[in-house]
Amino acid sequence: MSIGLLLLIILGLGLAGWLVGRQRAVASVAGDIRKLHSLPGYYGHTVFLMTTVPAFLLMIAWTLAQPVVIESRIADMIATSDIPEGSSRGLVMADVRRIADGLDAVVARGEGDATLAAVGVEGADIRARLAEAGVAVGGEVKPSVLAAALEYRALSGTALTALAAVALILALAGLGWSISRIQGEYRARNATEAFVMWLLIGCSLIAVLTTVGIIASLVFETAHFFRLYPAADFFFSATWNPKFGGGSSLGIWPLVWGTLYVSAISLVVAVPVGLMSAIYLAEYASKRTRSWVKPAIEILAGIPTIVYGLFALITVGPLLRDWFAQPLGLGSSSSSVMTAGLVMGIMVIPFVSSLSDDIINAVPQSLRDGSLGLGATSSETVRQVVLPAALPGIVGAVLLAASRAIGETMIVVMGAGAAAKLSLNPFEAMTTVTVKIVSQLTGDTEFASPETLVAFALGLTLFTLTLGLNILALYIVRKYREQYE
Amino acid sequence: MKDLVMETRVDVQTVKIEARKAQVFYGTNHAIKDVDVDILDKTVTAFIGPSGCGKSTFLRCLNRMNDTIASCRVEGKITLEGEDIYDPRVDPVQLRAKIGMVFQKPNPFPKSIYDNVAYGPKIHGLTRNKAELDQVVESCLRKAALWNEVKDRLHAPGTGLSGGQQQRLCIARAIATSPEVLLMDEPCSALDPIATAQVEELIDELRSQFSVVIVTHSMQQAARVSQKTAFFHLGNLVEFGETSQIFTNPRDPRTESYITGRIG
Ligand SMILES: Nc1ncnc2c1ncn2[C@@H]1O[C@H](COP(=O)(O)OP(=O)(O)OP(=O)(O)O)[C@@H](O)[C@H]1O
Ligand SMILES: [Mg+2]
Repeated sequence: MSIGLLLLIILGLGLAGWLVGRQRAVASVAGDIRKLHSLPGYYGHTVFLMTTVPAFLLMIAWTLAQPVVIESRIADMIATSDIPEGSSRGLVMADVRRIADGLDAVVARGEGDATLAAVGVEGADIRARLAEAGVAVGGEVKPSVLAAALEYRALSGTALTALAAVALILALAGLGWSISRIQGEYRARNATEAFVMWLLIGCSLIAVLTTVGIIASLVFETAHFFRLYPAADFFFSATWNPKFGGGSSLGIWPLVWGTLYVSAISLVVAVPVGLMSAIYLAEYASKRTRSWVKPAIEILAGIPTIVYGLFALITVGPLLRDWFAQPLGLGSSSSSVMTAGLVMGIMVIPFVSSLSDDIINAVPQSLRDGSLGLGATSSETVRQVVLPAALPGIVGAVLLAASRAIGETMIVVMGAGAAAKLSLNPFEAMTTVTVKIVSQLTGDTEFASPETLVAFALGLTLFTLTLGLNILALYIVRKYREQYE
Repeated sequence: MKDLVMETRVDVQTVKIEARKAQVFYGTNHAIKDVDVDILDKTVTAFIGPSGCGKSTFLRCLNRMNDTIASCRVEGKITLEGEDIYDPRVDPVQLRAKIGMVFQKPNPFPKSIYDNVAYGPKIHGLTRNKAELDQVVESCLRKAALWNEVKDRLHAPGTGLSGGQQQRLCIARAIATSPEVLLMDEPCSALDPIATAQVEELIDELRSQFSVVIVTHSMQQAARVSQKTAFFHLGNLVEFGETSQIFTNPRDPRTESYITGRIG
């Protein structure tokens, strides 16, 4: 029985349970639904939920655990001598899984289980057969590996049957139990409410746990990196010069500096322009103007960053070089922090303007009326009443733009170059943390050398940076709230 | 000296705001129809009438606050000291500084109590230094009967006050700009009897300097504080005259049934 069919059956049981539950609730008060504690539908809900949810949870847990359990059962079928030189048990197990899948494909081609048994005996032509079914297996298939694969298939099949049986029993048990509880006074509405609460808690837990998981893996790999490379060098060296093959110096400061410099320039562009266009849209523009200007600005957010990158590389970079950098004697590179910063600033304008516009619009009209009624002009009203009231939200918008800028990669590669440098000159090429993460990981490398593992340390640094930014913003907002609420 | 006394006496009779055939439309909804009213200087005028009859709408015409509502259109002639306030040459900002307003719902700014009151004087540059500003703030808060409750927390947020306190804060804020006319839209609807009495006292006091227009749902209040009363019904001005006459001897049967509580 396949998983899909099982799902359908359980859903069907649940729906039937819904009808039966509702019916039973109505019957328990002889059709006078005013005597029920809850509306009849709620009794149906409790039955549906009790039938489907535990069974679904079981199926999820089971499918996650099944491969692990089965592999540990067949692991000892493969002797250490069967593992080729330079390979590992893990790789051989991957082969086993592939061959097992291949065998499934062979069976699916209609050759039947009988041939499979034959294949088991004369292991020689297995590769050819698998290839016919569209599964390529590299190297000779050792008899023990084939045996393991056959066993894997068999165990998987049994496990699936077992799962189906257990899940169905659970669904039926839930169905029976919840139906047996139904009577007039049963508080089905409250029970449904409690269930909804747990569902919501579960979903927020998923988000929280994912974050925790990501941070944990970053921290774990970073610790691994610091075992191979001294932390003091990473944090206090001012040069970034990775060499594959050893002897590299991996100081983070040039990268952090580049990141902050580019982001700062982009915010200097985006925040005033974005905020002022938001104020225009929210306070001055007529409804009609707003209805086409706002989407027009938002289009900026939809342009792929690679297009911005091209724009930086081909137009803005040379322009800045010819009109500013060279006449001022500040350098002759068309890749520069300024180029990337300006272009990135344009990219994040809609993040600032669109959110700020919504937030400014949410400020109650009565506050504006109060200010205008005292003889203030529109701009006085905006500056003294509307913006302070909207500030927490605007800080949020700016923060979003900042995170966007810090995490941006493409524009930096194309606009600012890839040379890690510590310099104040905005017309010099520099680079950022994200760019270096990419360049350390491109190419076929293993995660064993400090040169690749440093990517995790860089990732963690980036994360700390944005986290710090968030905390700062929270602090500003809180301080402000204390003052004004 | 004698001259001055003469002048003030003449002043009492001058018309401050004059509305002739005023019409207000919200889109196609004709909310105010053919209203003729004279608001006299140094007089309290009360607007009474059932809910939704257009009292607030008409009040907002007098300082062009209706400009902020896109769908709203005003026709007819409304003059302030003989000058048409809807003339394109008139600056609504200047006009509103002269004609202050207290709104139906309290709307303190998200600023400290002090800054709320100091807002008008600051934007109009009415005080020369901090000490003077402090004084204005204190006297306005005192007049609005709020000083004793907030004098120890002038720098606490105005939005943290109770509804009635907020309303009095808005009154203090409005009088701090020293307008020539003060429009008050149900200033006492959220106040307890004691604060109401204090605000009424303030209105009486303000009469010596400004002309005051007050919208109220309380017949007693209208009778107590006003000299002139206008009764609105379904967007029409039904009757306008001396308060004593309206309340003792109304000419229109609708006025009579309203003040005796039969319509409303
Ligand atoms: N912003 C607006 N947009 C459209 N119509 C409005 C608006 N404000 C008021 N109106 C309409 O104008 C009419 C008069 O409303 P207004 O607020 O002046 O009544 P009111 O006499 O002040 O009532 P209340 O005593 O309840 O405050 C009502 O029919 C109302 O629906
Ligand atoms: Mg009103």
